[in-house]
Amino acid sequence: MVTAAHYLGLSAILFSIGVVGVLTRRNVIVIMMSIELMLNSANLLFVTFSNQLGDMTGHVFVFMVMAVAAGEAALGLAIVLTMFRNEETVDIDRISVLKG
Amino acid sequence: MSALLFYILAIGSVSCALLMILSKKAVNSAVALVGVMLCLAGLFAMQNAHLIAALQVLVYAGAIMVLVLFVIMLLNLREKGGLLTGRQPFIQVGAVVLLNGLLAPLVSDYVMAPTTGIALTDPATFGTVKGVGTMLFTEYLLPFEIASILLLAALVGAVVLTKNKKNSEG
Repeated sequence: MVTAAHYLGLSAILFSIGVVGVLTRRNVIVIMMSIELMLNSANLLFVTFSNQLGDMTGHVFVFMVMAVAAGEAALGLAIVLTMFRNEETVDIDRISVLKG
Repeated sequence: MSALLFYILAIGSVSCALLMILSKKAVNSAVALVGVMLCLAGLFAMQNAHLIAALQVLVYAGAIMVLVLFVIMLLNLREKGGLLTGRQPFIQVGAVVLLNGLLAPLVSDYVMAPTTGIALTDPATFGTVKGVGTMLFTEYLLPFEIASILLLAALVGAVVLTKNKKNSEG
């Protein structure tokens, strides 16, 4: 029997893996992919509670999250491209212009 | 049957997610993330979210990941150093433990709470294109329109950011 708690646990695990990815990796693109993973784990929560409560509002929320994620990916990758053009690197430890 | 399917998809998504953050090459990470998204699409479909499952495959695993892979190929990076290189591992591990400490009460609260088992409002249209679409175009029309403006702004912004300034002047 699969309960909502199973889905909640899976979502928490996936979110934690995403956090580890953001904290440990230095490649900007991999960090962005980890952020996508965290958004996906949040979507899993929305769908789970939507199914539990019999209310489709969660599905509409997931739809909005997907729209924002698509915009975020497009803009983020554009910024990465510009950054690579200027600095010849996507290593976040070597991009320290704003450090002062 | 559904429990077996859940465990297959759950283990698949977690192992693909681990592969994503542990692999040294960005391309391998991207392909592993596609695996996570496909597993999650299966989990969405198991929970009556049919439209969301289809969108997950089309938008996330399709459009967004193709964009990411395209940029990875375009940059042609030389990777060096994977996980836990160059930064303090204790801070990272500590942050993850702290985060899990914050998440655990939420999950355990829900496990302890009695399951109410509310029936679906309308089982025939729950999670289908018709059901979600009706909500989207009636109750949530304004957020839907704002999302379209947001996507337009992102589109224009991406073009402006990546435009080659030397060529445009000449």
